Amino acid sequence: MPSGYRSPTAKPMSFIWTRRIVLTLIAIFAALPVYVMISTSLKPLQDVTGKFQWIPGHLTLRPYVDIWHTVPLARYFVNSTIVSAAATGLSVLIAVFAAYAVSRYKFKGKRIFTITVLSTQMFPGILFLLPLFLIFVNIGNATGIALYGSRAGLIITYLTFSLPFSIWMLAGYMESIPKGLDEAAMVDGCGPLGALFRVVIPAAVPGIVAVAVYAFMTAWSEVLFASVMTNETTRTLAVGLRGYSTQYDVYWNQVMAASLVVSVPVVAGFLLLQRYLVTGLTAGAVK
Amino acid sequence: MRRITAAIAAITAITTLAGCGGGTATGNGGNKAPKTLTYWASNQGKSLDDDKQKLTPELQKFEKQTGIHVKLEVVGWPDLLNRVLTAASSGQGPDVLNIGNTWSASLQATGALMPFDDKAFTAIGGKDRFVASALGSTGAAGKPPAAVPLYSLAYGLYYNKKLFKDAGIAGPPATWADLVADGKKLSTGGKHGLAIEGANNAENIHHAYIFAKQHNGDFFDAAGNPTFTSPGAVAGVKQYIDFIASDKITAPGNAEYAQNQSLQDFATGKAGMLLWQAAGVQLAQRGMKPEDWGVAPVPVQSGTPGQGANVDTMVAGINLAVFKNTQNQDGALKFVKFMTSDEEQKILNGKYGSIPAVTSAQSDPQFSNPEQAVLRQGLAKSAVALPQVPKESQFEDLVGTALKDLFADAAAGKPVTTESVQKRLEKAQQQMTG
Amino acid sequence: MAATTGTTAPSQGEDSVPGSARARKKPRRSYSVGRSAVPYLLVLPALLMELLIHLVPMVVGVVMSFKELTQFYIRNWGAAPWKGLGNYRVAVDFNGAIGHALLHSFLITCAFTVLAVGFSWLLGTTAAILMQDAFRGRGFLRALFMTPYALPIYASVIIWAFMLQHDNGLVNHVLHDQLHLSDKPAFWLIGNNSFVSLVVVSVWRNWPFALLVIMAGMQNIPDELYEASAIDGAGIWQQIRRITMPSLRPINQVLVLVLFLWTFNDFNVPYVLFGQSAPPAGDLISIHIYQASFLTWNFGSGSAMSVLLLLFLLVVTTVYLAFTSLRGRRTSNA
Repeated sequence: MPSGYRSPTAKPMSFIWTRRIVLTLIAIFAALPVYVMISTSLKPLQDVTGKFQWIPGHLTLRPYVDIWHTVPLARYFVNSTIVSAAATGLSVLIAVFAAYAVSRYKFKGKRIFTITVLSTQMFPGILFLLPLFLIFVNIGNATGIALYGSRAGLIITYLTFSLPFSIWMLAGYMESIPKGLDEAAMVDGCGPLGALFRVVIPAAVPGIVAVAVYAFMTAWSEVLFASVMTNETTRTLAVGLRGYSTQYDVYWNQVMAASLVVSVPVVAGFLLLQRYLVTGLTAGAVK
Repeated sequence: MRRITAAIAAITAITTLAGCGGGTATGNGGNKAPKTLTYWASNQGKSLDDDKQKLTPELQKFEKQTGIHVKLEVVGWPDLLNRVLTAASSGQGPDVLNIGNTWSASLQATGALMPFDDKAFTAIGGKDRFVASALGSTGAAGKPPAAVPLYSLAYGLYYNKKLFKDAGIAGPPATWADLVADGKKLSTGGKHGLAIEGANNAENIHHAYIFAKQHNGDFFDAAGNPTFTSPGAVAGVKQYIDFIASDKITAPGNAEYAQNQSLQDFATGKAGMLLWQAAGVQLAQRGMKPEDWGVAPVPVQSGTPGQGANVDTMVAGINLAVFKNTQNQDGALKFVKFMTSDEEQKILNGKYGSIPAVTSAQSDPQFSNPEQAVLRQGLAKSAVALPQVPKESQFEDLVGTALKDLFADAAAGKPVTTESVQKRLEKAQQQMTG
Repeated sequence: MAATTGTTAPSQGEDSVPGSARARKKPRRSYSVGRSAVPYLLVLPALLMELLIHLVPMVVGVVMSFKELTQFYIRNWGAAPWKGLGNYRVAVDFNGAIGHALLHSFLITCAFTVLAVGFSWLLGTTAAILMQDAFRGRGFLRALFMTPYALPIYASVIIWAFMLQHDNGLVNHVLHDQLHLSDKPAFWLIGNNSFVSLVVVSVWRNWPFALLVIMAGMQNIPDELYEASAIDGAGIWQQIRRITMPSLRPINQVLVLVLFLWTFNDFNVPYVLFGQSAPPAGDLISIHIYQASFLTWNFGSGSAMSVLLLLFLLVVTTVYLAFTSLRGRRTSNA
């Protein structure tokens, strides 16, 4: 596969120069805070709280050592990874099923279903935070399933945060995948699930990846629900990072160092997944 | 799938039976094993982990004495109130918890905290053991306290000895007029007289309240209704805002401080004075030597600190409360007794640089250094508790925000007048509900 | 209409699948007849989850909005007195202080949302179009552009809070100390500029998502369209106008709506940037409601405000969907 080279026309200089200038500007905008983050993480706290310096006056790796015991960063990282990964996996799976039904079947209540699911995207978190918490507690009391304070509670909460968009997005994708493909598979003896897994899902990979990235980041970053629904053992990074700002001080350099450390795997994951986005499996499937 | 079905069934049952779910199953909340307690400690040290290390040996001592294991969770300040609120509304919470003492009356009104009646006080060794002013910040007057004092604090005026000497100032100011005059002398060459925390609601409230009191005003009348626009309250707030607005002894940048930057400015000599509670430990951590700073009582309008219009500090501190839904009230009370015992009071307050909340522990020599002597004096003689009314939390939020906005105006160079202060406070008062 | 090109694309692709025409008839029947349970089973998990996490709590939330749920009653909701429409009346009484503040916050949020979504979309689309073809450094740029989105939200906002400080921040250092654009350093976290800060931080944080979605959307534009237009002599700018943009329309419809809903409801950015009380110019509705319910402990009033917010979003979304799907239908009929 050529790596995404699309148009056979040669680009005019006007386009190339526009591209250079605009992308440079955007790159500065995107990179500046990242640079600040890296340079700050290498400064001692006294330098950080003084006048801003472009080049660190004193370089130190101390923050990278301190981050691990100022807050239990490793535990938060594990929690966040488990919660985000599980929420993403479940969310994508559930969304794929629902999107398949929406894009391929006519059924009674389809419109109500899509509208209902979509409308949940509008619910202000503030409104259902407290009721949801109460429901979790009551489920715990009634059935013994501990949802409050557990990772499971966060997982099922987060997976629904990304569901509406995921379903909608994937249904859109599946619409664009010719129905002939899975119909042919069904004629060849696959059931609906067989057609879904063998034909539709492979063809929808870019969409699924985009949706998975979205689901992961939604779970990875959520602060409000995590601050109420977790305890010390199940706390996630998104809230845990606030631990660097204490009664005494804001450990700016450590916040930055910790953010960098925990973000490296995520950024790396992004880069790997981008390949998928770029290669464009749909193109292959459609041709 | 069965789990989910069960869950759905449970929700349906809950919502149909209870109308809207809350508070019904609370009897099951709390802790089922009598030999353990859950304790939410507030963040007092330099990190959550630091708190853990400071408290754990004491908790182990308690376990050795009573056989009760204490599960400790240190909760950061940004989360603590939300956690307490959700705990209150669901009945699912800790057995024992720390609260900021200004929240006492508000939390008391929820009914989520166990009232310390005479029986409970007897169980922990008696009410008279506690410092009287600290007890004044444990709930509404005439009701059994919702909590007992654990760590006590008061404000002091911290000043930089070297900067004072350089500016030719003999000693710390005793009145605000002196403070402003000294502040002007200090405000040269990029340095400023006084550092404040202009965007920190809690700090703003504490100072505004004292200033209002010094102008014979208050933010609530005797019936607990807001009087934010009373002349005393307006004058008090204005005097505080004027440090930036007209006195110009505080750097405009302080208007956005909310993360102890004022402490940093003081420690690095960018500001000559600071109003703070037990800053010593934190100044040392920021590299300021103990001999470089002094501490004096917070100034008054005239005369000397005392009661009435001469109060100069709020009763600051942390209270210890028992969650009403605890399944182990005996154990919880034992724990409270342990934490407020003379020995633990000495150890814990020593570790945190605060002042013991029980009288008998205060005599320990470690609380007699110059800093703590000043704070202890203030607490005993010239301190006043923040309003002990259920609406206190609304007051903190609304008036705190108003002050932040006024500071922002002052910092931007907009005029701050008695009228503008009054107008802003009136808006805050109108937003009070319930 | 140019939009028709977008919808003809899949059918072209369909025709090019050998035998698809043959297969088309029979399975159509199998979708509708005799398998009626299948679609329901497929949507069931999604439905159950939404019920548990969103819908039931939402109903509880709506019930709350009719109650006087202050701190005196949060421990026992059943005992909280009914207030009827009282909470709503206070919230929409724009002459009263509470209603006035709510209206102000609502308008600020609308302005913020329009700007933040607009810029996020614009940056995302621009970058996606410019990076459609391979060039040296494209991979690096993609990684760089994605980084803001990969950072935990708390981290990314705290960096901005750090940079936007009055005394020691990078922004004032550059604008004031180095470029001398202002005669005195500006405040970014308090006062009127806080609105600008919010928009910038929100765009910085969200535009990579727009980029990601649009890049994914571009994968679905068949090369043949570009090839055909190139043969017709269309230049790059015409291709962008006539092929890329129209083909992206369905994706954009979703993207803009989602960005709108997110941005409108955004809690994290103002909360981390300003702390618990936002300056008036940055008083977004979510933080406003948070203050009204969690800080002043009046959950009934906070819920009423949330319900009003929800109604507004429902109306906007319905109108938006009606508009966009109408257009969608027209194009598919064409």
